[in-house]
Amino acid sequence: MLRTQEYFLNFGPQHPSTHGVFQIILTLDGERIVKAEPVCGYLHRGIEKLAESRTYTQVIPYTDRMDYLAAMLQNLGYVQAVEKLMGIEVPERAEYLRIISGELSRLASHLLATGVYALDIGGFTGFLLCFRERERVMDLLEELTGSRMTLSYARIGGVADDAPEGWLDKVKKLMDDMPGYIDEYNGLITGNEIFQARTKFVGQLTPETAINYSLSGPVLRASGVNYDLRKVRPYGIYDRFDFEVPLGENGDCFDRFYCRVREMQQSVRIIQQAIEQIKEVDGPVIAKVPKVLKPPKSDVYHEIESAKGIIGYYVVSDGSNKPYRVHVRRPSFINLGYLDEMLRGYLIADVVAILGSIDIVLGEVDC
Amino acid sequence: MKEKIAPVEEIKQKFGYIEVDEQKAVNVPAGKLLEFMQALKDEYELDFLTNLTAVDYPEENKFEVVYNLTSTTKAYGLMVRTGVDRENPVLPSVFPIWGGANWQEREVYDLMGIVFTGHPNLKRILLDDKFEGHPLRKDFQWEGGRE
Repeated sequence: MLRTQEYFLNFGPQHPSTHGVFQIILTLDGERIVKAEPVCGYLHRGIEKLAESRTYTQVIPYTDRMDYLAAMLQNLGYVQAVEKLMGIEVPERAEYLRIISGELSRLASHLLATGVYALDIGGFTGFLLCFRERERVMDLLEELTGSRMTLSYARIGGVADDAPEGWLDKVKKLMDDMPGYIDEYNGLITGNEIFQARTKFVGQLTPETAINYSLSGPVLRASGVNYDLRKVRPYGIYDRFDFEVPLGENGDCFDRFYCRVREMQQSVRIIQQAIEQIKEVDGPVIAKVPKVLKPPKSDVYHEIESAKGIIGYYVVSDGSNKPYRVHVRRPSFINLGYLDEMLRGYLIADVVAILGSIDIVLGEVDC
Repeated sequence: MKEKIAPVEEIKQKFGYIEVDEQKAVNVPAGKLLEFMQALKDEYELDFLTNLTAVDYPEENKFEVVYNLTSTTKAYGLMVRTGVDRENPVLPSVFPIWGGANWQEREVYDLMGIVFTGHPNLKRILLDDKFEGHPLRKDFQWEGGRE
């Protein structure tokens, strides 16, 4: 057999398909990938270190800057961890507002993931369609929180403010429109022959590997593992809603993509139910918490289902008003851990397809 | 919110060397770490290493490495901690048990300076290879701090 010489190719750090500043050093044999070395850290800001010299409340805006595409879910994981540490009960209405804004964040993140994935594969129209609806979600979140992306809406003990007049009706209107939009994506992207040819049976993951490598979120569920924390260990009030957990069969790029599309449908269902239920619930949106938070000397680990996977917060308190240590289990970071093995044997063109299907955000990878 | 925790009482009876605290988290001596972890995975189906991190306690002259395990089949979790000497921070890697430890141990090594023996590729992951020191240690000196 003819032997060829292996060579290196730098993919990134400045490359649009890495979705940020991320580098993969590829070792290639012709067009086949022999080895891939992911290099991250270009966006490392030391959020965990910064958190040690901020008060518990001051940490909340830093969590926005990790997964800025689904900021509410990042806030939520952190405040719920601190609430668990201090034993704070959250008022009913706040719980509902958290669900609605959290699921809107998940929608925004999945819309971006879906659209950008179409763009990665070469379909520009799909990208524009998804951004059209994402903009509507962003507008709603801006109306609620005052900010499009860095929401900082959750507070320890509740949320920052009640929904403005008429806001819930606007959310309801969007939720009524969403199923039609999702059908549009399915017609344009999911059903596209070229798209399927590029993504089906590419970058396959077995359920055993996915569990062993601690992969989570749609990446795990696309391999057929039914593990969604909202169902398995419901936090907040997720046990009050009726929804399904979409699963894949082949664990390939297509399944990961399609899992997100179907998760959007489930998010819509959850928001619709929450809007119906919140009508009956009145009262404060934040619990009576002391101005200066001093949790007892202890440590806590709390994890929730974020858009990219399981986000967990490990918070250690030494009894002062500042956390002794905050560690974040970031799903994007851990989901990338298996990238090397996943890329091996595939072609250069598949790198973008596989990396895009994991749906990373570099703010979260590098923290 | 109810926590589903692995049957710690049963585990405690089986493994005399562990300590269980009031939060039902387990403290295991570093020497028994691998043996204990392997048993947790094999016998209690804790197949998902969800989180791995470390905390610096300079007063007690130790690092504490924290492992959060969950089970994808049983839906419960368990927190396992182990102490390691601050002067000589060396622990066996749990990578052979859970592949998910790969990047998480590299991160702990990078930011906290704990060496995991048996890790296939233990090098810095977030910081530059030429960076000196481990910033998450409490005695790390840095400019622009807010103390």
